[in-house]
Amino acid sequence: MENLETFRAEIGKWLEANCPPSMRKPLGSEEDVNWGGRNKVYTNPEEKLWLDRMAARGFTAPTWPKEYGGGGLSKPEARVLAEELRRLHCRPALNSFGLTMLGPVLLQYGNEEQKREHLPKIVRGEIRWCQGYSEPGAGSDLAGLQTRAEDKGDHYLVNGQKIWTSYANYADWIFCLVRTNPTAPKHDGISFLLFDMASPGVSVSPIKLISGSSPFCQTFFQDVRVPKKNLVGKVDGGWTIAKALLQHEREMIAGMGLGGGGGSAASLEQLAKEYCGSEGGRIADAAIRDSVAQHLMDTRCFVTSLRRSGDEAKSGQGPGAASSMFKLYGTELNKRRCELLVKVLGSQALGWEGAGFNPRELGTTREWLRSKGNSIEGGTSEVQLNVIAKRVLGLPD
Amino acid sequence: MSLALSEEQELLRNTAREFIAEHSPVKELRRLRDEQDPVGFSRPLWKQMAELGWASIVLPEDLGGAGLGYAELGIVLEECGRTLAATPLVATSLLGANAVLLGGNELQRKEILPAVAKGERILALALQEGSHHAPYAVATRAEASASGWRLTGRKSFVLDGHVADQIVVVARTSGSSGERDGLSLFLVPKAARGLEVTRTIMVDGRNAANLGFEGVELDRAALLGAEGRGADVLDRVLDLAAVGLSAEMLGTLAEAFERTIAYLKERKQFGVPIGSFQALKHRAANMFVEVELSRSIVLDALRAIDEGRADLPQLASIAKARVSDAIHLIGNEAVQMFGGIGVTDEEEIGLFLKRARVAELTLGDAAFHRARFAALAGF
Repeated sequence: MENLETFRAEIGKWLEANCPPSMRKPLGSEEDVNWGGRNKVYTNPEEKLWLDRMAARGFTAPTWPKEYGGGGLSKPEARVLAEELRRLHCRPALNSFGLTMLGPVLLQYGNEEQKREHLPKIVRGEIRWCQGYSEPGAGSDLAGLQTRAEDKGDHYLVNGQKIWTSYANYADWIFCLVRTNPTAPKHDGISFLLFDMASPGVSVSPIKLISGSSPFCQTFFQDVRVPKKNLVGKVDGGWTIAKALLQHEREMIAGMGLGGGGGSAASLEQLAKEYCGSEGGRIADAAIRDSVAQHLMDTRCFVTSLRRSGDEAKSGQGPGAASSMFKLYGTELNKRRCELLVKVLGSQALGWEGAGFNPRELGTTREWLRSKGNSIEGGTSEVQLNVIAKRVLGLPD
Repeated sequence: MSLALSEEQELLRNTAREFIAEHSPVKELRRLRDEQDPVGFSRPLWKQMAELGWASIVLPEDLGGAGLGYAELGIVLEECGRTLAATPLVATSLLGANAVLLGGNELQRKEILPAVAKGERILALALQEGSHHAPYAVATRAEASASGWRLTGRKSFVLDGHVADQIVVVARTSGSSGERDGLSLFLVPKAARGLEVTRTIMVDGRNAANLGFEGVELDRAALLGAEGRGADVLDRVLDLAAVGLSAEMLGTLAEAFERTIAYLKERKQFGVPIGSFQALKHRAANMFVEVELSRSIVLDALRAIDEGRADLPQLASIAKARVSDAIHLIGNEAVQMFGGIGVTDEEEIGLFLKRARVAELTLGDAAFHRARFAALAGF
């Protein structure tokens, strides 16, 4: 424990000295965290400097081994780092699917060459990854995917279509589920492939959402040649890797239940007083007050559950509650928060653009619409309920 | 403090679970109910629990206690909740003893608490007057008299009030009903003249009493704590008790949930286990989430007491609200999923539903605690 406190003091000092001033301000409504990548345009040189300094110490992937560019920190040390980053209001130096999703499975299932090739680039934000999982005919039934990879001796020939590929239009590489054995039972014929999005035959078309934004794409593969060394794990053995990666994805999405995003720096209760009126310092509408209290309580219970899950993992007490539970509850919680915000703002939450609405109000509307996808992407809430029923509760098929 | 159980705590849980399973299974509650036991719990069992240190886990050692924490008391309460064990833990240890510990002078503590620790003294707290928990809505009055105080008023829903040796009574020495100021606590002996005790038979097989005070004369030493400042003690006592009761409720709801899951696997309809139906699976999974969230917040609230955290009042309300909602849902769902057998008196699951509803209303339901949470948070 004493060591941790020494570590905290040292890290705090380092962050103070190394985090540039502009990286210690909240993100503006038009700004996004740094996703890195070959085509990343840095409008602010300090953003690049911040990433480079953090990456040099491996702090963008604090718990990964140092030999692959990571920070080599223990989990408690990584938590201290996160706490210090929060305390000093540092922006995340890098956000990426490479860090949250691909990296952890490469560490577990990749061969040495693949780890040395890809992990350091992820740490440094040089390559931006996207995920090729869903297909038009295979959403919740993920294993029903049809994209084919044919063995052509020294390479695979990939043909097919992916959908809901987040930020494929900005991505450099893709981690992709492909069918290598069309005659095997559906879970047994899938492989996990990595390839460059600049390969001939890859094309991308963004999908506009009800929120007006376009984080998702349709991605098409026509006779794409993928070197065989880019296969992770065994041929036809990709489903195990796919499931492991889904767990990491669910944990990442679960974190969204804690809000953030959008333009709502003001708290729910402040907004409720402002838009629904206040009486003697309290929210005037008793029903709204009850809903706000319930939401804050639910959030606290959720955060405490995440903490407990971490504590139990540390003390070796089994898996605790599954990642499905957190994905389910986190996204439903976020949707309820958005619904409540819309209710609180009333007709001021119904604007699309132009005059009559401030940026916060317009942001709330769009965030509300975007949140509808939370309980669909990364496995629908219904799929999570099935997973809990089967894997946690052991209910029969 | 970690939210995972330590090895010692695991050991305590196993010991408690074994002891309760042997001495106080659910059928013991049924026996007490069917025989219309005049006490409503087993005195010999309570004595045994006291010998194990359960009556006084959190009391300081110089007062006969074990000097352990609420994390440990919570474990015992949870295990008691699993079998619906009728014990005076809430009324005596959480409400009565804490009122004496926090409000009493040295004489009062030394006279009462070691006796509680030995399982020889039963206490109760008489607070509620209407049909809802409302801590400051107290009209019962205590007026200064020649010998000390004269108590007049009525109380309802006094847990274990019919067998308590001493009752801590919340009365008003000034102000009017609804005000926080002006409340005082009094120690009233069971034998006090003018005290009328009516035992009520409740739906869950446990007991509460209605009390009437017709000019009950008390001597000056009956005052517990400072006159007119009783709410300072009461608020704290109610927080501790709400967290403790939440731990007991956690055991009850977890057990009802687990029994339901087991039933879903075993009961067949249309030639297959009913647990294979997606309509039931999804509801079961949702209940699981409720159980897990309840467990997390109860564990954190218990630790907040042990760590002396300042946000305990908020946390107590979050825990009681969450657990009240969860036990309500699971009580209803359990009976529905058990189907026809679920509504028979013979099947035990119905006893869980009954206990769920009583516990939910005890010390404030979810709506009460949401309103209180909002008030504490300034909205």
